[in-house]
Amino acid sequence: MIVQTAMPAASASLAPDLPVIEVEGLAKHFDMHHLGQRLDAFSGIGFRIMPGQFLLLTGHNGAGKSTLLRTLYRSYLPQAGHVWLNTAEGRIDLARAADVDVALLRRREIGFVTQFLNARPRVPAEDLVAEPLRLAGRPAAEALAVARAALAEFGVKRELWAAYPSTFSGGEQQKVNLARALILPQRLLLLDEPTASLDAGARAALVRRLAALKAQGVAMIGVFHHPGDVAGLIDAELNLDNKETSNVAK
Amino acid sequence: MTALGELTRPWQAMSYGFLDPSAKRELRRAMLKAVAVPGCQIPYASREVPMARGWGTGGLQVTLTLVNPGSVVKVIDQGADDSVNAVSIRQFVEKVTGARGTWDTQEATILQSRHRIPEERLREDQILVLQVPNPEPLRPVQPNMSVARQMHADADYGRLWLVLYEQIVRSGRIMQGASYPAMVNDRHVMTPSPIPRWDLPKLNMARHLTLLSAGREKRIFAVPPFTRVEPLAFADIPFRVEDHASLVCHRSGVTGFFMNEIPQAGGDSRHELSDSHFGIKAIRRAEGEAVEIGATWYRNGAMS
Amino acid sequence: MTLYPMDAPAQGPTRDLPRLMSAAPILSMTGINRRFGTVVALQDVSATVYPGEVLGIVGESGSGKSTLLRMMNLEDSPDSGDYRLAIPGSAGNLFDLDRYARRMLCARHIGIVYQNPHLGLLMENSSSGNVAERLLIAGERRFSVLRSRAREALDASEFPLERMDARPVELSGGMQQRVQLAKAIALEPALLLLDEPTTGLDVSVQALVLDTLKRLQRDRAITMVLVSHDLGVIRTMADRVMVMRKGRVVEEGLADQIFQDPQHPYTQALVHAKL
Repeated sequence: MIVQTAMPAASASLAPDLPVIEVEGLAKHFDMHHLGQRLDAFSGIGFRIMPGQFLLLTGHNGAGKSTLLRTLYRSYLPQAGHVWLNTAEGRIDLARAADVDVALLRRREIGFVTQFLNARPRVPAEDLVAEPLRLAGRPAAEALAVARAALAEFGVKRELWAAYPSTFSGGEQQKVNLARALILPQRLLLLDEPTASLDAGARAALVRRLAALKAQGVAMIGVFHHPGDVAGLIDAELNLDNKETSNVAK
Repeated sequence: MTALGELTRPWQAMSYGFLDPSAKRELRRAMLKAVAVPGCQIPYASREVPMARGWGTGGLQVTLTLVNPGSVVKVIDQGADDSVNAVSIRQFVEKVTGARGTWDTQEATILQSRHRIPEERLREDQILVLQVPNPEPLRPVQPNMSVARQMHADADYGRLWLVLYEQIVRSGRIMQGASYPAMVNDRHVMTPSPIPRWDLPKLNMARHLTLLSAGREKRIFAVPPFTRVEPLAFADIPFRVEDHASLVCHRSGVTGFFMNEIPQAGGDSRHELSDSHFGIKAIRRAEGEAVEIGATWYRNGAMS
Repeated sequence: MTLYPMDAPAQGPTRDLPRLMSAAPILSMTGINRRFGTVVALQDVSATVYPGEVLGIVGESGSGKSTLLRMMNLEDSPDSGDYRLAIPGSAGNLFDLDRYARRMLCARHIGIVYQNPHLGLLMENSSSGNVAERLLIAGERRFSVLRSRAREALDASEFPLERMDARPVELSGGMQQRVQLAKAIALEPALLLLDEPTTGLDVSVQALVLDTLKRLQRDRAITMVLVSHDLGVIRTMADRVMVMRKGRVVEEGLADQIFQDPQHPYTQALVHAKL
């Protein structure tokens, strides 16, 4: 989707003392009509994150870590609360922003890194990685060059660049996925276990990339199976079992 | 006391010009509409005439409506005045109207034809009546006539160009010979009866009135004098008439006009002028007779 | 918990009006109602499509989704309702236009691909001729231009050019859809309507056609409305999704939200049936 908008790209800087995201009283439950049941995921979630801060989500299995990430990304519709995102256009409440606005923000301000690649048949790896840049209106040649650099950075072998990722192994697919997910500069990154199924080399590349983004002021919220992978980056921790936020001493 | 006989006309076996007055009035109305909207097909009732439908009944009804005792009528079939069909129609018109028949294009006031327009230019005081078998240019691309009429109303003629496109794609050239569709007055596309492409430019900005009538299909349309008639063609592939300019008539020696091809026993062929009376005049003149031949549309094989 | 009835629209949290999207919608339809006799085909349907978006409309047969698409293509008029397209020279409700104005507008600004290629193609003409017809309607009269633009559109639709003069009757279903697509995009329409474009094709062919659509969407930013009963197709293509049932829009949302967190019981049943 390519649209003319007044909104500048995320690289436009905001006042450094302004939080990137402020969450207030966020609640999510699922009405499962066919079962006649309501499933509570979480409620009363609140936190704020400044530019360059990294929030780790913790809690036991099923505590709602991934659900929270998806609610922040608006793949899930929250029932109550606010997700204030400070954009160049002012404060936007992601919890109730119009669908088209959310789609715009996802392209310009919020990245979501999952463990799975949405590979499509007959689309080469390099094209898949370049796609977000193409959708943002960058010239094809430039987008391709950046995409190839990203593939190299995550250790995808050169002979695979023009091949179809739908045929790749899980680990290789995940490298392509990371290259694609991190190719656009964002203001906020949501990370849902991105290190799962990665080999040590790719994991190191990812951590290096995240550290660089953090240094540029990108705020991050992440769920990690082995938080040790990103230990050096974490600024704060939100435990969804008791909803307590704690700062991590450095 | 006035005798009844003075107030009434003597009994006659049939109306003047065979058609009854109400039929002629309806035809005149249709003709006026056709002239008012050049190229637009106007429906009419199409009466019975003593001739089978499809043999020129549409043209005949127009001729019978236009004719008067002072008219001079020429009837051509495939360019010839002496074919059975032409002779029968001309004799019938003479018989029921008292008008005089002729072979000479210059002399005629009404010319009824099916396949040709004479080579000599027609004047303001002459009317050309063309017999049309299939008046609907859209029939090949749209069998539903209700839809075809909507297409005319919308000037939706893209499909006709598409036919030409397909011919060029399949054959490298436009294959349409006779009944080549033409845009009349920048508005309606007509199919001008089975006249060859050669004759189509003669209708463009002509001095004479052309009436086209389809008896079986009950439609009449017209090209009034000084009306644009443009054969459909692509801007980069111009319309071309038949390649007859260099053919020589084996009887008259004339060249530069539309010819009939006459296959010979040996496998080759000879050509003769399709406009038979034009050929007769040329032969007579060559033999020294003082024959008047009118100005022709084509000169030296090119439209002038 | 309270279950809400199947026939009512989803009662999810209300959403704000667009604030960031500064572009005007390409398509806006409001309050469309249509009855066929006693059957309510569409009831108070509204839809908005922004430039470059793919709006997916999903629902079972009889849900009104195809009727709505036909309205968007101005093939039918509602009993009441307003329809606007942001195209040059167009103002006011398009349903007020007469047949001629509708035809010209559709020819120039709206492309459509039907499930049944017989609806969209002249089966006895050449494939390139089918594309050229669009250009002819728009007034193009240069053979060389017709030829080159037909070739270009067929190429963009990933149609094998060595077969560009084959008749659609000689082509496979997937190839016929590509000819329809080439015809639809030949005039670079403001809006591309897709009515079950891959239904009835083999799964592998379906994937290739969808891939072509994706490429076109990416390279040319064509605004699309895609109607399908196939959730997989909608999921692959759509940015936003409208779920229709019995002539009403029961739920509307971002595609990933509709599939991951459907609000309406009907949508939930639909999504779960798929999984």
